[in-house]
Order: sequence, then C-alpha cells, then structure tokens
Amino acid sequence: MSSKDNWKIWEIFIRSRNGLSHKHVGSLHAPDAAMAIKNARDVYTRRSEGISIWVVPSDEITASSPDESEPLFTPADNKVYRHPTFYEIPDEVGHM
Amino acid sequence: MTKEMNLEERFQAYVDGENKVEPKDWMPEKYRKTLVRQISQHAHSEVVGMLPEANWITRAPSLRRKVALLAKVQDEAGHGLYLYSAAETLGADRMDLVEDLLSGKAKYSSIFNYPTPTWADIGAIGWLVDGAAIANQVMLCRTSYGPYSRAMVRICKEESFHQRQGYEILMSLAKGTPAQKKMAQEALNRWWWPSLMMFGPTDDNSPNSAQSMKWKIKRKSNDELRQEFIDKTVPQAEYLGLTVPDKNLKWNEERGHYDFGTIDWEEFYQVISGNGKCNKQRMKARQDAHNAGAWVREAANAYAEKQAARKAEEGSAA
Repeated sequence: MSSKDNWKIWEIFIRSRNGLSHKHVGSLHAPDAAMAIKNARDVYTRRSEGISIWVVPSDEITASSPDESEPLFTPADNKVYRHPTFYEIPDEVGHM
Repeated sequence: MTKEMNLEERFQAYVDGENKVEPKDWMPEKYRKTLVRQISQHAHSEVVGMLPEANWITRAPSLRRKVALLAKVQDEAGHGLYLYSAAETLGADRMDLVEDLLSGKAKYSSIFNYPTPTWADIGAIGWLVDGAAIANQVMLCRTSYGPYSRAMVRICKEESFHQRQGYEILMSLAKGTPAQKKMAQEALNRWWWPSLMMFGPTDDNSPNSAQSMKWKIKRKSNDELRQEFIDKTVPQAEYLGLTVPDKNLKWNEERGHYDFGTIDWEEFYQVISGNGKCNKQRMKARQDAHNAGAWVREAANAYAEKQAARKAEEGSAA
C-alpha cells in the first residue's frame, strides 16, 4: 500500500457567471495549483456550474476564531441607526 | 467537569435551535467521531458503489445508455470526493480514511456486495439503490453539521438523474419482449430486499440512532425512511407491471402506509461481516486500483516539485 501523498488541500471558489462573485464550493487535494484547477473543473463544474475557478491553499487562509465572534460581531447588533428603517420619513416624500 | 457539561448543554441548545455547526465551532468529541465515521463510510460507499455499475459500462446496450452510465459513475466518484472533503473539515486525513477502507477496517454500504449479472440490474440499482440513497440523503441535507449538509445538497441535485436513468432502463425492458420483462422482474427480485436493508437495522436494534437523532445528525429514523421508500416505490413497480417480491406487501388503509414482510436480518449481518457474494471482489478491485494508481500520484508529486524548483530558480536568477 502506498504511503501518504503530500498533496495539499485547496479551497475552491467558482464564479457561476459574470456579474457574480466567486463563491466557495468545497475543497480538494492536488499536488499544485494547476492540478487543483484541473481537478476542480472535474469535481465542481460537471454541469456548467461555472465560468471561472479560483484555487487557494487551505493553509493560506487565516480565519477568525469562533471564540472571538462575540467581541468581533456583537457590537454591530445594537447599532440599529446603521439601517435605513431606523429613520422615519413620511410617505409623501416618496421612495428614499 | 462542570465547564464541560455546560459546553455540551450549550451545544445541544444550539443544535435544538436548528443552527448549523461549522468546522471550528466547539463540538462534543463524540459528535466529531460519529460524524467522521458516518461521513467516511458514506464516502467509501460512493467509491465502492462505482464497481457494480462499472461492470456494465463497456456492455451498455446503446451509446445513449453508455454515456449516461459513464456520467453516473463519474458522479459517484465526485460524491465520494465531496464527502471525504467534508470529513477532512473535522480533522480527519483523507489518506488515513482510504487506508481504513483498503485494510477492511472501515465499512461501506453492504448493498455494493451484491453482483450485477444482467443489464437489468443496472436499471434496478438506479431505481432502487439510488432511490433508497436519495431518501437518506434528502434527510441529511438538513443534518446539523454544515459541511456535511452542503455536500448532501450538492449530491441530491446530481443524484436525481441517477434514479431516473435507472427507472428508464427498466421501463424499456418492462415494455420489451417477454425475455426482457423477465430480466427486469428478476432484477427487482434480486434488489428489493437488499435495498430495504440499506436503511439499516430496525429502530429497536439501532443503538446509536437515538444520540444521532438528538444531535440532529439524523433527522428521521431507519424505519421511518424505509416506510417512506416503500410507499413511494411500490406504485412505481406497479407502473412497470412488475411484482414486488413480498407476499405480505399490502396497503394498510388505517395506517396510510404499506405493510410489508419481515426483512432477513441474518442475511444483512452476514453481508456486513464479509460474507456477501462480492465482498472480496470489491475489496480487491479497490486495492488493485489504489496500487495501480500509485505511480500517477508519485508522478504528479514529482512534477509539482520540479515546477516549484524551476520557478524558484527563475526567481533567484531575475
């Protein structure tokens, strides 16, 4: 039985059509970026799901930690004045 | 200890609130282990599941059937890959998982240890085996673990063509010559009971199910899924003019479900423990494929290293 390969894990992002952003669709293994793109094409675009592929080595991604989500994200929760519905504008003014 | 308890309680409340768990979130160790086992078994099943059908690719009766079967088998490889990727988000290593399959330590769905002696079996697999898999997978689209759920959504989208191509094969045979119709009936006879076994032991014999349901890894019990599958499939068999091989199968007006006969669980446990018709053949095919592919993996590594070295050299020369 063969020993472990040293293929990296790549995160795959696909743009489904122009005008939309690339979106994360999953991951796969490949020895290098060029092979990652070839594999991503076979694995994630078999039914015309995309027109552009980004591949990013998983270990190059720095993610925020779920433990920090409270200090990071809750301060926005009580800032209702950042939303348009906070402001009362009479109907006769029209759409704003 | 108390802190650990609190974490587990918080986790349960989080899951009870229909929230998805993502890879870096805290989760009970047993939740992680259960998922790695279940997702990797599921992945192995997709991979081994290619074998019974690959058996007929070169002998498909028309080009239309051949391209469809090829595309289906290619999908199964893709499904295996999505699932291995989902397992890796839990810290598992794909090569370890593959080695567990090849050494016989890990299980895969027992259904793939049955042989495909005729072309009609390919129809029966698509209709019944993929049909049963879809019932399970539709439920798993709502599983509590995010990456597993996303893989399932993707798989379900692709899988529905599998079932339709299988049913179409059986429609052609059922409308064909008496010999073709007989072939279709025999395939149904072969695959009916093993398909019902795919949902696993009855609820009272499925000790791990309760915890999986509590964690919302599973959303329906084995017996619930099996009943749904039977209720959906029996009318489809009638449409084909084929007879489901169960003398006790009868619509129960009161329950609003079909009653059905007793499943031969002895057969199920025999096949699981390695005594099915094709267990050895399937394992050998996987091992041979893995070994025969070793040079491809090595060559890809060597090429990637060479390219990286060349790039570094060009960089330093500039």
